[in-house]
Amino acid sequence: MKKKWLLTMLTFLLVAATALAGCGKSEQTGGEKTEETDKPTTLVYGRGGDSVGLDPATVTDGESFKVTKNIFDTLLDYNDGDTSIQPALAEKWEVSPDGLTYTFTLRKGVKFHDGTDFNAEAVVFNFERWANGNADTFPYYGSMFGGYKNDEGHVIKEVKALDEHTVQFVLKRPQAPFLKNLAMVPFAIASPEAVKKYGDKFGENPVGTGPFVFKEWKRNERIVLEKNKEYWLEGHPKLDKLIFVSIPDNSARLNALLKGEIDIMEDLNPSDLAQVEGNKDFQVFKRPSMNVGYVGLTVTRGPLGNKLVRQALNHAVDKQAIIDAFYAGQAQPAKNPLPPSIPGYNDAIQDYPYDLEKAKQLLAEAGYPNGFEMELWAMPVPRPYMPDGQKVAEALQASFAKIGVKAKIVTYEWATYLDKVAKGEADAFLLGWTGDNGDADNFLYALLDKDSIGSNNYTYYANDELHNILIEAQTVSDENKRNELYKKAQEIIKEDAPWIPLVHSTPLLAGKANIEGFNPHPTGTDKFTKVQFK
Amino acid sequence: MFSYTVKRLLTVIPVLLGMSLVVFFMIRAIPGNPAQVILGQKATKEAVEALTHKLGLDQPWYVQYIKYLGGLLKGDLGESLRTGVAVSQEIWPYLAATLELSLAAMFIAVVIGVNAGIISAWFQNSWFDYVAMVLALVGVSMPIFWLGLMEQWIFAINLDWFPTSGREDVRNPIEPITHLYVIDTLMQGHTDQFVQTLQHLVLPSVALATIPMAIIARMTRSSMLEVMKSDYIRTARAKGLSMFWVVYKHSLKNAIIPVLTVIGLQMGLLLGGAILTETIFSWPGIGRYIYEAIGYRDYPVIQSGILIVAMIFIFINLIVDLLYAAIDPRIKYN
Repeated sequence: MKKKWLLTMLTFLLVAATALAGCGKSEQTGGEKTEETDKPTTLVYGRGGDSVGLDPATVTDGESFKVTKNIFDTLLDYNDGDTSIQPALAEKWEVSPDGLTYTFTLRKGVKFHDGTDFNAEAVVFNFERWANGNADTFPYYGSMFGGYKNDEGHVIKEVKALDEHTVQFVLKRPQAPFLKNLAMVPFAIASPEAVKKYGDKFGENPVGTGPFVFKEWKRNERIVLEKNKEYWLEGHPKLDKLIFVSIPDNSARLNALLKGEIDIMEDLNPSDLAQVEGNKDFQVFKRPSMNVGYVGLTVTRGPLGNKLVRQALNHAVDKQAIIDAFYAGQAQPAKNPLPPSIPGYNDAIQDYPYDLEKAKQLLAEAGYPNGFEMELWAMPVPRPYMPDGQKVAEALQASFAKIGVKAKIVTYEWATYLDKVAKGEADAFLLGWTGDNGDADNFLYALLDKDSIGSNNYTYYANDELHNILIEAQTVSDENKRNELYKKAQEIIKEDAPWIPLVHSTPLLAGKANIEGFNPHPTGTDKFTKVQFK
Repeated sequence: MFSYTVKRLLTVIPVLLGMSLVVFFMIRAIPGNPAQVILGQKATKEAVEALTHKLGLDQPWYVQYIKYLGGLLKGDLGESLRTGVAVSQEIWPYLAATLELSLAAMFIAVVIGVNAGIISAWFQNSWFDYVAMVLALVGVSMPIFWLGLMEQWIFAINLDWFPTSGREDVRNPIEPITHLYVIDTLMQGHTDQFVQTLQHLVLPSVALATIPMAIIARMTRSSMLEVMKSDYIRTARAKGLSMFWVVYKHSLKNAIIPVLTVIGLQMGLLLGGAILTETIFSWPGIGRYIYEAIGYRDYPVIQSGILIVAMIFIFINLIVDLLYAAIDPRIKYN
């Protein structure tokens, strides 16, 4: 009797479990069969977080841009593999010799997803909308075009529709990166009718001219886009459906890819690279590097105020060893704050070689022959330029110990970390930056100019000579002269050493082997127009 | 009984009020300006100031708190700072997802935990007893994070039995009605989606169930051992009643009271502790909702989310207390 009861119970559990599991299996193989006969047309893209909003002009986060890039088009777009400019909604353009007037010829016959026409008036409407906003409503507009309508620094004097398909921008003063700025996702052209119709809710009901039409958004779960059958690029997009799903944990996301629940995943841990490379069903995509991971040395804090000390710390870091250990080799050592892919990069600069004797000598010269104690802050979250802040910090700690500098590793939750670092509370800290538009200004001015103290210049480094150069470079429209200025700027920064530039990493993505046409873009936002399954 | 219930319900008010106050201040004590976090690392100072002002975060704390309380009384949980959507409007799908997951986990934990405890007690010092108790010990000390990834690796990828993550197949999505997918799919008569829902539930709920299952098993075992030593059980056995009858009719009724307390407590912990499970299995539940809100310093979401979880916790404890009386008439509330 006893045994019988036990047996019944166990059998029941077993049957229930196998029944469920069995269903899973048959369904899975069923799915694979259809994939064999005709190729799939839905692509599921797995990423770490959800979007904040889908009106690209109102948000600043990369997760939002990734989606809106596919719903909207900009006047100009970046090339496939780099940040040089190519036509998009504007077929061609002319720049006046004084660099003040830009005339764009717009593509004809383009329609917004709601059926209304794309024309010069629509472009004017969008720019008027942003210019009439403020830092709160359209944050990127102000920072890229020097403010809003009545601000003194506002670069755009006027945007006018010359005819149905010609639009002209008149600037108050030349702005060197103007075309590159226009290609940024936040300046995508939205349907004026839809903006009027949805008002504040436009960010949940985006309407553009892009290759995909917005369909559904379940927050923290997925965003579904469907093919724009009337897309202006003949025969495109190739996919019928594009789904963005959020799977926060990198390892869990890899599991979902291996299981076939998603087709492409971002942020592959470098340590998982071998696992994907060794599997013929999958391929690895490498995003061209447009970032920098660095150790900031806050110049207002103790011994770090001394240039010699900062140079000594620079000499004490073996960058290649860090790359081999924590980036699976998928990075290159950084000697400048700029990545080499950006015009103006100074390749003539010599990095501080890994040289402990030299480091000790510099420390002694600075008056710290026995070293000193400091805090080294480690990032709590993985970033493309820093897959594991804690481990990199430990390696740096060991290096610094060799020259007598005792570093205590400190970490905070991410928002707290950024807040405290911005306030200048860290001695040495790990951080990084991914470029927005492929322009040197977006790195050097944003991160190291004295104007940026309190926002992104976390080291509180201020150098007037550098400041003058960077400001001049913002207004010069001659590309060569500009690059010379940036090269000079990098020399000054190298000498003053407010940073230990560590790496320019290659962010990794993994996907199914039968995906083609997917070329990850250095800006981190990809357009899926040409992507398809083989 | 009725007056006891009413009294218990009334005590909920000061508890929730205190709770709201504590949460309100604690989240404001952590550094990090929501406006800065929302706008991101690349935002300008002016943008941050403008948003801070728009969100009313530059007002004194008591003004903010009174406004918040006033809103609560009107049933207004505030708007998410990040998305601008009313919390009361967007919270239910998350709550439903967590309830479904927690109930499934609790079901597994209770069915397996209680039975394993009973069998271990009945066959005290047998191999089953030893194995079950060692497993229970392992279960208590296993990190959910690791367990979840292992489950995915073994049962989803290698054995191909279950999906790794999410609540549904995104290529064949479920049309939500109540947001409890087990019910929704049944209501719509989509058997394939119903099975799919159950399959998605298995791995995360097992991961979530592991710790309470182990605790319940140990609690049941010791409680049963106590009861089985008593005279009336010996009498029942001497009369030749079957094991099933003795255990489930006579012993369990008395042994279950302390177990119920544990189940009640664990159910509350499940709600709060679902964060890790929900992250690993990208389950769009309340744990992740609140966790992400903390990352963004989304005060209204954190405040209201925690308040609602607290209410559920209190409610479950109330049910447990009332169940005592139903099971054991000797317990009186006066």
